[in-house]
Amino acid sequence: MKLVEHFELGLDAPICLTWELTYACNLECAHCLSSSGRRDPRELSTEQAKAVIDELQRMQVFYVNIGGGEPTIRPDFWELLEYAVDHQVGVKFSTNGVRLTPERAAFLASPACRGYVDVQISLDGATAEVNDFVRGPGSYDTALTALQNLQDAGFDDAKISVVCTRQNIGQLDEFQALADRFGATLRLTRLRPSGRGADVWDELHPLPHQQRELYDWLMAKARSGVDVLTGDSFFHLAAFGEALPGLNLCGAGRVVCLIDPIGDVYACPFAIHDNFLAGNLLAEGGFQRVWQDSELFTELRSPQTGGACSSCDFFDTCRGGCMAAKFFTGLPLDGPDPECVQGYGEHALAGDRVIPAASQDHSKANPTRNQPVMLTLLTRAPDRPPVSDCAESPLAGFMPEPVRTA
Amino acid sequence: MNIDPTTPPAAATDDQVVTSEDLIEEVSIDGMCGVY
Amino acid sequence: MPQPMLDQAWDLSPSVALRPEPFGALAYHFGNRKLTFLKTPALVRVVRGLAAAPDVRAALAAAEVPEAQHQAYADALRGLAETDMIRPRGDDARAELS
Repeated sequence: MKLVEHFELGLDAPICLTWELTYACNLECAHCLSSSGRRDPRELSTEQAKAVIDELQRMQVFYVNIGGGEPTIRPDFWELLEYAVDHQVGVKFSTNGVRLTPERAAFLASPACRGYVDVQISLDGATAEVNDFVRGPGSYDTALTALQNLQDAGFDDAKISVVCTRQNIGQLDEFQALADRFGATLRLTRLRPSGRGADVWDELHPLPHQQRELYDWLMAKARSGVDVLTGDSFFHLAAFGEALPGLNLCGAGRVVCLIDPIGDVYACPFAIHDNFLAGNLLAEGGFQRVWQDSELFTELRSPQTGGACSSCDFFDTCRGGCMAAKFFTGLPLDGPDPECVQGYGEHALAGDRVIPAASQDHSKANPTRNQPVMLTLLTRAPDRPPVSDCAESPLAGFMPEPVRTA
Repeated sequence: MNIDPTTPPAAATDDQVVTSEDLIEEVSIDGMCGVY
Repeated sequence: MPQPMLDQAWDLSPSVALRPEPFGALAYHFGNRKLTFLKTPALVRVVRGLAAAPDVRAALAAAEVPEAQHQAYADALRGLAETDMIRPRGDDARAELS
């Protein structure tokens, strides 16, 4: 049996997983998949988090990706990092770089962390203009400072993780140049219409010709032996022809899952919604019980028929695309991905659909000075005329008002 | 059932043609979808 | 054709963890983050038995791998060696200094 077939039926423990440590964040990125901003008061305590690490060690989950929100904002982040390292749980943490001082970078580069810790810096533009448009003013500088600190400290092979958007797909070579400059590896991932991403997906998601551009670029890199990671997030592009490197399968609930800041376990971090909630690890039986016995995961591990997609020539490679992308655009799970490269998704999007309401929202109640320009523009009062392209003031059309009500 | 104690049990795959691809498969830790 | 590997002594690298799976095992190298699946229980027995065996040939015999498959298993072990999942015995002291 091919390995992929074993994976589709699920394993006794995840191979790796995402662990969002907190919903608190210093930034207010327009597309945040976890709708982060404010700490949830039910957040796991330090002791509870250590108990999770103990369980992951017992289950031999070798590697977790710790994110959030911004995980380094938790006062116990560094303590938990050391605890994981000391208990055979490898950690990569995703960060906007805000707390990566030279001292912290030196710690990360030290033998105490060697081999067990990886750092992934989020960046969504190769220039400040493109990046800060969605991530907020100053966020580009913060990210590059963190990368510089890591390089100066001798940290080997940090990751630059990019969410591919309409605005940044033209900068792929520049992203690679940034990675080369900092001795880092580039990682490109797919934008999902999840969390706040649902509100900006129409404006941000790549256009069909850009998906082709991205696919061609990734294939060229793979062929020339240049290492560009993707987290297997573009398996829907396999329908262009040859599959990109990776398992090319949806790992949610089968080989990966999400642990959220309050201990809820979801199929994946792009599917934070009641429909994809498997259980909570604070219940009896802990994380292992949820992973092995939950109804949701058992369902995901049963053979999937593919529905309307199964008659398509490309179903074997694209596998019907991303469950979260379909769900959050109001498309049926047994139909095409909204970005189906054969065009079936566009057709489906034009039909009747209901975009599901968010199950939860941890966004800040009122925008701060970190609010990205994109959201500022989107909250323009409806009775004001659009800002002229010739307007010179950077504040033209700016009218502070809450993005969301509590 | 008589079991001859001098003969080791036949491995199920005795006649199977096996290549190293049937034995090991390398996957990328970054190569599974659903992780940050 | 002589098979040098079959006559060599090999060990599991110290940075590697083996996690049993129904079909075999998952091998993860904490140093280089390589992840390899061992797809048969027999190969898992071989890999676990390397340290106790004087050479690969003995490990294969102890794991009851039919001789007709020794070539394939040696190839698989070479694949594991390429990603430092296994190391020639005696290399550990040198490796830890690097």
